[in-house]
Amino acid sequence: MNILVCISHVPDTTSKIHFIEDNTAFESRDVQYVINPNDEFGLTRAIWFKEKQGAQVHVIHVGTPKSDPTLRKCLAIGADKAFRINTPALDGTSVAQELAAFVRNNPYDLIIAGRESIDYNGAMVPGMLAALLDIPFVPNCVGLEIDETTAIAEREIDGGREKLKGSLPLVIGGQKGLVEESDLRIPNMRGIMQARQKPFEVIPPLEAAPATEDMKFEKPAKKAEVKLVPADDLDQLIELLHKEANVL
Amino acid sequence: MSVLIIAESENNALKRNVAEVASYGAALASKLNANCTAITFHASNAAELGQYGVTKVAHISNVPTHFDAHAQANAISAYATQNKNTHIIIGSSADAKFLAPLLAAKLSAGYAPNVVALPDELSPLTVKRTVFTNKAFAHTQLLEDFNIIGVGNNSFGVIDNEVNCTVDEIEATNTASNLEQFSIEKVTGKATIADADVVVSGGRGLKGPENWHLIEALAEILDAATACSKPVSDMGWRSHDEHVGQTGKPVSTNLYIAVGISGAIQHLAGVNSSKVKVVINNDPEAPFFKAADYGVVGDAFEVVPELIQKLKAFKALS
Repeated sequence: MNILVCISHVPDTTSKIHFIEDNTAFESRDVQYVINPNDEFGLTRAIWFKEKQGAQVHVIHVGTPKSDPTLRKCLAIGADKAFRINTPALDGTSVAQELAAFVRNNPYDLIIAGRESIDYNGAMVPGMLAALLDIPFVPNCVGLEIDETTAIAEREIDGGREKLKGSLPLVIGGQKGLVEESDLRIPNMRGIMQARQKPFEVIPPLEAAPATEDMKFEKPAKKAEVKLVPADDLDQLIELLHKEANVL
Repeated sequence: MSVLIIAESENNALKRNVAEVASYGAALASKLNANCTAITFHASNAAELGQYGVTKVAHISNVPTHFDAHAQANAISAYATQNKNTHIIIGSSADAKFLAPLLAAKLSAGYAPNVVALPDELSPLTVKRTVFTNKAFAHTQLLEDFNIIGVGNNSFGVIDNEVNCTVDEIEATNTASNLEQFSIEKVTGKATIADADVVVSGGRGLKGPENWHLIEALAEILDAATACSKPVSDMGWRSHDEHVGQTGKPVSTNLYIAVGISGAIQHLAGVNSSKVKVVINNDPEAPFFKAADYGVVGDAFEVVPELIQKLKAFKALS
């Protein structure tokens, strides 16, 4: 089985978010970038398939050379080969088109992306990719079993879970649940050394046009000071929630 | 130019979130001086969309009775192309976020999810949406002939605007599925994090899963869904489905009550778009107090039972 894991390169979850150039661009200075957490759950599941079922695991990213350390980390924790489509990620549509063009030339049995990236939260690339390739898609995926050419993928729905059965090739949007937090790998010295020998290809882009453009950013308005209610006067809390906040 | 609202349904009835999505679509249509149609599948009460300003509903029954994103995306794409529905409005449920990207690819449409207000500008169409998991907003231009706006939960509200509504039965042509529903498990009769007006959430301050009856009792009296912080789900005290935060579920509810949660930046990001936040914590230095609207510094094991008693009394009176 050949698995392609789509990797997004995002500010780590503790990052403070600032904008520059009159609020038209994200300030990336002093920001630590990581593998998008949802993608990392997917990559870890792919490595499980490699170890248990002999799968080949490739990773792909649409971006600039700035993301190379993130892709090297994917190789260090077990991916066999990395591809970077050499163009800035402009929006979900253009990224999905770049990936679709690659997959049309290089078919895979299973394509794993994250449920959403934690920077732009679009949750659109995997679904668009599946639709462009005209293959099935399972988002919010929290369980995946593969038997020969049949997959059973479990997705989280509002208030429950749904299991979907389909044939490969398949695209999933993975998240926590696909593997546990404790299953995530930290690169060890051997992995890091091996990663240097693994193939890493830079691919020319299609230069697909974006369908959306972020013109300006803003930060949420500063919050008013919290109103503290004494623990022995909870009637006051109920009164505030009822009369002032209008939520009871 | 016209507006098409995607009205979700289940068990042959409209879902609760259609009220907000339809209100948004009707308000946008009135700004555009355009018609406002809704499309829905298997909803016997489809005409109720008239309550929110929808004058016409296209109702499709020849697709699977359960939610099937592929079949629905094909049907909506065909309908929107034929009727030139340039502005497509969809919600933010798990199903909506499944359907929207498939539809966007089929229609070559622009798609902006997590939108929090009517467009800043109609031409070029520009919307305000949350990004960086609620730590910021972006003003995003949608550049295509067809564009899809995904309305964030509880971001726009419901506007009652009753009009006459006709329901047309439409036959979809391309209705094949590409996935088979193998099984579905869904809680019934209990509020879920996605659609509850109130969410009660517990953290490590509760000391162990055996104390969750406090969270459940508080949730019950408020008709709320229960949730938890990341450490609580990592330690297995509660299931992953309840983890809210940056890598868990986002919560955008009217009232969020956090008990014994200190407020790590990832947790705060996940709950930021909730309207009113109440924090109960015995540590006055807990960072969550800085992000909260109301706070009680006190022992959860004393405050929560007392709050339950007082809420019972309040409910009995109102």
